[in-house]
Amino acid sequence: MTYSDPQIWLIIVILGIGTFVIRFSFLGLLGDRELPEWALRHLRYTPVAVLPAIITPLVLWPTATQGQLDPARLGAAAVALAVGYLSKNALAAIGAGMATLYALLYVMG
Amino acid sequence: MLVVAPFGLLFGVVATEAGLPLSQVMGFSLLVIAGASQFTALQLMTENAPIIVVLASALAVNLRMAMYSASIAPHLGAAPLWQRAFIGYFNIDQTYALSIQKFDENPSAPVRWKVAYFFGAVTPICPIWYLATWAGAVLGSTIPPEFALDFAVPITFLALVAPALRSLAHIATALTAVVLSILLAWMPYNLWLLIAALVAMMVGAEIERRMTKAKGERA
Repeated sequence: MTYSDPQIWLIIVILGIGTFVIRFSFLGLLGDRELPEWALRHLRYTPVAVLPAIITPLVLWPTATQGQLDPARLGAAAVALAVGYLSKNALAAIGAGMATLYALLYVMG
Repeated sequence: MLVVAPFGLLFGVVATEAGLPLSQVMGFSLLVIAGASQFTALQLMTENAPIIVVLASALAVNLRMAMYSASIAPHLGAAPLWQRAFIGYFNIDQTYALSIQKFDENPSAPVRWKVAYFFGAVTPICPIWYLATWAGAVLGSTIPPEFALDFAVPITFLALVAPALRSLAHIATALTAVVLSILLAWMPYNLWLLIAALVAMMVGAEIERRMTKAKGERA
C-alpha cells in the first residue's frame, strides 16, 4: 500500500459520509418520494455486478503466487461458490472454501 | 442473522495484515459500518488503485442501501430528524431486514414503537461489529502467513455473492461481470472494474425487464 496517512483517512471519511448519505437519502432528504422503477431495477443488481468483477482477477491471478494460476486457490474458490449457492449460508461457504484451500495447499506441498 | 461477528473479525485481521494501524481499521468499522464495502475498499487499496476508483467501487457496493432507505421511509419518515439521522447511520443489512419484516407485519403501529424496535435491533448487532473488528485487528498481527489469509477476501466475497444468485437475471449479471473483468483487465487504474460492474448491472436490469414483460403478456 503506497498511500499516505491523510490519503487513507480521506478514503475512510468520504466512504463513511457517502455511505451515510445513501442510507439516509430517502429517510431524510427525499421524504416519501418513490424511486422510479428503472432505478430500483438497477440497484437490485449492484452487489452481484461489482463483487464478481472484483473477485475474478483475485481468483485467476492471485498475488500470493505472483499472478500464476494456482490450482489450490482455484479449487477453494469453486468449493466456496458451490457451497454458498447450494446452502445460501455465507459462513458455511467461507468455512468450506478455506478448509479446501488448506487441504489442497497441504496435499500439493 | 448474527454473521457480523466473524465478518468483523475477518475485516480486522485482513486490514491489519494489509498494514493499516488500529486507528484506521477501527475508523472503517465505526464510520462506514458496511462489511462488503469495507472489504472492497481494502482490496483495491492493497492494489494501490487510484483513490477515486476505491471510493466509486466501495460506494457502488452500498448503493443497494438506497433501496432500504426508500422502503423503510414510509414507516419511519415521521420520526424527528435526529432519530432519522441515527437510523440512517445504523441502516445496515441486518437491522433493515429485521425491522422491515416487523413493520410489514404491523403497518399501523405508532412511529415511536417502530423507532424503538429499530434501535432494539441495533443494540445486539452494531456493537458486535465494532468489537469483532477490534479483536481481529489485535489478533491480526499474530497470525502467520501459512494461513494463506491473502485468499480470505476473495473467499468472503464469493460467500457473499453465491447466496445472492437467486434468479437468471442475477446469474447473468455475475457472469457478465466475470467475463468483462477478464476481457478488460488490460485497462489502467482499475477502470475495468467500474465498466464491468456498470455493464453487468445494466444486463441484469434489462433481463429482469424483459422477463417481467414476458410474464405479463402470458398472463
